[in-house]
Amino acid sequence: MPTINFILHDGQKVAVEAYEGSSVMHGAMDGMVEGIVAECGGACSCATCQVYVDEAWMEKVGPACEIEQEMLGVAPNVQPNSRLSCQVEVTDELDGLVVHVPAEQY
Amino acid sequence: MSETCIIIGASHAAAQLAPSLRQEGWAGLIIVIGDEPYAPYQRPPLSKTYLQGEKGVDDLLIRHQEAYAKHGIELRLGERVEAIDRESKTVTLQNGDVLYYDKLALCTGARVRKVSLPGADLEGIHYLRNIDDVNHIKAHVGEQKNAVIVGGGYIGLETAAVLNKLGMQVTVLEMASRVLARVTAPEVSEFYERVHAEEGVNIQTGIAVSGFEGAKRVMRVVCADGSHYPADLVVIGVGVLPNTELAEAADLATDDGILVDSYTKTADPDIVAVGDCTMHPSELYGYVRLESVPNAMEQAKSAAATLCGKQKPYTALPWFWSDQYDLKLQIAGLNRGYDQVVIRGDRQGSRSFAAFYLQEGRLLAVDCVNRPQEFMLSKRLITQQIQIDVAKLVDDTKSFKELVSA
Ligand SMILES: Cc1cc2nc3c(=O)[nH]c(=O)nc-3n(C[C@H](O)[C@H](O)[C@H](O)COP(=O)(O)OP(=O)(O)OC[C@H]3O[C@@H](n4cnc5c(N)ncnc54)[C@H](O)[C@@H]3O)c2cc1C
Ligand code: FES
Repeated sequence: MPTINFILHDGQKVAVEAYEGSSVMHGAMDGMVEGIVAECGGACSCATCQVYVDEAWMEKVGPACEIEQEMLGVAPNVQPNSRLSCQVEVTDELDGLVVHVPAEQY
Repeated sequence: MSETCIIIGASHAAAQLAPSLRQEGWAGLIIVIGDEPYAPYQRPPLSKTYLQGEKGVDDLLIRHQEAYAKHGIELRLGERVEAIDRESKTVTLQNGDVLYYDKLALCTGARVRKVSLPGADLEGIHYLRNIDDVNHIKAHVGEQKNAVIVGGGYIGLETAAVLNKLGMQVTVLEMASRVLARVTAPEVSEFYERVHAEEGVNIQTGIAVSGFEGAKRVMRVVCADGSHYPADLVVIGVGVLPNTELAEAADLATDDGILVDSYTKTADPDIVAVGDCTMHPSELYGYVRLESVPNAMEQAKSAAATLCGKQKPYTALPWFWSDQYDLKLQIAGLNRGYDQVVIRGDRQGSRSFAAFYLQEGRLLAVDCVNRPQEFMLSKRLITQQIQIDVAKLVDDTKSFKELVSA
């Protein structure tokens, strides 16, 4: 199972083994990662599952789809490396992925 | 000795409350007792991607089952709490087990409202609340077969959209004069009626179902006006009732839900209640009982703090979503008490617009169809409670972001 590393706002690191084919958000749920809220459970409707993708991983993770981009366009605390983690699929390629959790999702 | 927190019900509220308790510092036992055989799962996809067949049971789970054990959360699934004894601080399970609690959380949710019409227990007639319901519904799905949906609320319409996509001939029968009558303005109802018609769903409003006919299996739905509709499958979606009986029997105050304050407290200092089963005070909207995942989750966080002796009031703005066809509906706020509706975008010709609900010039709520930016920004406008310039709201030539920051 690929490992996803969540770096919390206070610097704490949480490593989670995530199921291939599920989402990074789902990994955060399993790891009970504080700071990933995911109110809509992955429907791309809430923007409370935002993460900052570590620069080194940006290319492998790829860009957001149109709806996600629109949501991110107005979500709070957005950075150029922001993604909605429910829209990032866990694959073998992403084994070792590092994402940072924002201070606030609202 | 370590303390025990028992959570009754294993769904959205419980799935948030248990980990939030750990995050708030609860060091004792956490036992979640749920009468369904599954670990807490997402209900919203049941009438959407799960019915469609895009998701399996595993994809529905809010967290995989082993995640709970890892965090010291015990799930007792397929077990039902029969009674609460507040005196001895125990709960009694159906199998006779008696468990002691220091703190208790009622997350019992809601159940479907059943109809008591002739023929209502024929085979092929279903409600839609849990995984097993949808598995039964799926067994009756087939191309060119007839499906009748009783009730034109969100769940009914979502189900209609999916069954239509699966190739069924779908009819929706709604008693009110329009679909979504309880939750949206006529303008939005009309929009959904148009889109469903365009997609090939037959929507009948102002029609009362009087019974179901068939030998063993349902064959047709009969209406009070004498009309009837052939049916291989019937899905009834006419609302839910809060599961308040346990609380009532334990002498806790209930109305249309277990009464709690904004810290999710009941009158008993050791008992909180969270989610669809509760009525809580909302600063903007008065006493409300909400049926939504965000409500269950936000209340759960407040409850976790309360159970750990801290104070985190539940003040989050209600919101909801519904996916039908290519329509992404996002709703912020509650429109109850509105005196004006204004529309941004082309509601009649396109599939993208926003309906703003105002009361005395202040924004109460908004229904956004394929308008994620309007949705996100309106949440802030509603909470701020400022006077809104309506001309700006409806000016669709400018981006919404520009308008609200200007
Ligand atoms: C088809 C469908 C689509 C939906 N779509 C959306 C949507 O798009 N967006 C949205 O926000 N919301 C949606 N909802 C609503 C949302 O699912 C509910 O608001 C949410 O499930 C509430 O969670 P809860 O934990 O409060 O209660 P529930 O989910 O009702 O769970 C309560 C659980 O407790 C169990 N229980 C009750 N009494 C006992 C007892 N005595 N002992 C043991 N167990 C007990 C019940 O069996 C149940 O499993 C939808 C609901 C349905 C059915
Ligand atoms: S979980 Fe809601 S947008 Fe990702």
